[in-house]
Amino acid sequence: MLLITCPWCGPRPEIEFAARGEAHVARAAPDADGEAIAAALYLRSNTRGLLAERWRHVYGCGRYFNAVRHTVTDKFVATWRVGESRPDLGGEGTR
Amino acid sequence: MHFSFLSLLRNAFSAHRDWPEQWRSPEPKPAYDVVIVGGGGHGLAAAYYLAAEFGIRDVAVVEKGWIGGGNTGRNTTIVRSNYLLEESEALYDHALKLWENLSQVLNYNVMFSPRGVMMLAHTTHDVQSFKRHYHANRLAGIDTEWLTPEEARDWCPGLNIAKDIRYPIVGATLQKRGGVARHDAVAWGYARAASALGVDIIQNCEVTGVRRGADGAVIGLDTSGGTIAAKKVGVSVAGHSSQVMDMAGVRLPIESFPLQALVSEPLKPIVSCVVMSNTIHAYISQSDKGDLVIGAGTDQYVSYSQTGGMQITAHTLDAICELFPVLRRARMMRNWGGIVDTTADRSPILGTTPVPGLYVNCGWGTGGFKATPGAGHLLAATIARGEPHPIAAPFSLDRFARGRLIDEAAAAAVAH
Ligand SMILES: Cc1cc2nc3c(=O)[nH]c(=O)nc-3n(C[C@H](O)[C@H](O)[C@H](O)COP(=O)(O)OP(=O)(O)OC[C@H]3O[C@@H](n4cnc5c(N)ncnc54)[C@H](O)[C@@H]3O)c2cc1C
Repeated sequence: MLLITCPWCGPRPEIEFAARGEAHVARAAPDADGEAIAAALYLRSNTRGLLAERWRHVYGCGRYFNAVRHTVTDKFVATWRVGESRPDLGGEGTR
Repeated sequence: MHFSFLSLLRNAFSAHRDWPEQWRSPEPKPAYDVVIVGGGGHGLAAAYYLAAEFGIRDVAVVEKGWIGGGNTGRNTTIVRSNYLLEESEALYDHALKLWENLSQVLNYNVMFSPRGVMMLAHTTHDVQSFKRHYHANRLAGIDTEWLTPEEARDWCPGLNIAKDIRYPIVGATLQKRGGVARHDAVAWGYARAASALGVDIIQNCEVTGVRRGADGAVIGLDTSGGTIAAKKVGVSVAGHSSQVMDMAGVRLPIESFPLQALVSEPLKPIVSCVVMSNTIHAYISQSDKGDLVIGAGTDQYVSYSQTGGMQITAHTLDAICELFPVLRRARMMRNWGGIVDTTADRSPILGTTPVPGLYVNCGWGTGGFKATPGAGHLLAATIARGEPHPIAAPFSLDRFARGRLIDEAAAAAVAH
């Protein structure tokens, strides 16, 4: 089980959280074509390495937050509140 | 070398020391007509059918580890074809028909055992959705039966049909043609048969790049063993599909999640068929060795760790103990995870890609073992003809942009 640090509540066990998928996926414009809509809905980076994600502390404060996690070790590198800018990860990029 | 009663007898006299290697391990040639990336059951089957049925024998299978070491060797081997939608029924039943005489065709015992797959309904909603499956399957000519709780218990003694448990059994479907097979033997059998037809099986060789010509078409692969030129490339790498296709500049509608399984200590025969429960996320069968083979659910996040959360397996064991109280004191021996390539509609992607000469077979997620012969056959047909086989056509990569999803997810909520 993962140990996840909610930016409001602190470190809590994974069962309190719901993974909400890749972060920063831009919605397609209302008049976008099929390709663009499919890309926004379905195409994902599925990165092997550092991946930016959204999580929600459903069985806690209920709030969404951003995270960067390594998908081979499953270790969280950083979590931060929505609206705050991403912490400096020392040049380690994501996506 | 042909396996027969006589060859077994002959080798018994030499204490089975003289069996030859079952497939060749050649150095890669500089060029092939077709290279298949990924030596799982699917990739090996594709190579075999290319050689055996489509007359294309200048073929290599390139595997980064050892053949069958991916999900093929990690799965719970449930084989069935009772899916809901017509496209899926055609796809999975195509595979099931190939399973039925696969051991004879390959001259290798893949231990396909059609002992019946029973799927338990626990709620009114389950009953409605399973009956819908039942009727759809009958319309498609796929064998299926509806069982009362008593009939389910008679078919699989030991099943707890008490009414006062957390998830009582209120009915079940049964596909008698479904069952299990020996996962390793499937990979080995296809490798052996393909190798005998001239296919080169190259293990410990990781594909690191896809080379494309000026017109964008595939011309070869970069591998840890050097560059290999290829006229056509078929990618069949399950959990790592996003990475390999990314080398060719193709983004996929896939996310890779850990999926776990576990086996118990060997027991006397006790679970006579495959029992699945989608509602409580548990499925169980018993291997010929006597181990109970138990499958759990996926983790909720993308991962390549090949391990999953302990709470997931604990949850599954809770469910198994409720279904089979007699198993409460059985001890578990091993637990492992595989990385499954999941699509939004829980249906696979099989066919051509925007890159000429590049073909893909992926997205089988938690349920592709059962499709091994069929997926291999359809991928081979698609590569040989350069256009999708009719059974594979609905599973094209472009269905997402066309909105033609084949939504087995919402329809069935099936794990396998
Ligand atoms: C725990 C678990 C239980 C399951 N239970 C069932 C079940 O009961 N029934 C069912 O039908 N399905 C089940 N599945 C799903 C099933 O295992 C898979 O869908 C199926 O085995 C996929 O076969 P494959 O040959 O495509 O993949 P794999 O066997 O994973 O083969 C892909 C191969 O590609 C190789 N590869 C990856 N990247 C590269 C590279 N860059 N270069 C070269 N080679 C590469 C890998 O090493 C691997 O050997 C289960 C899966 C898991 C994990």
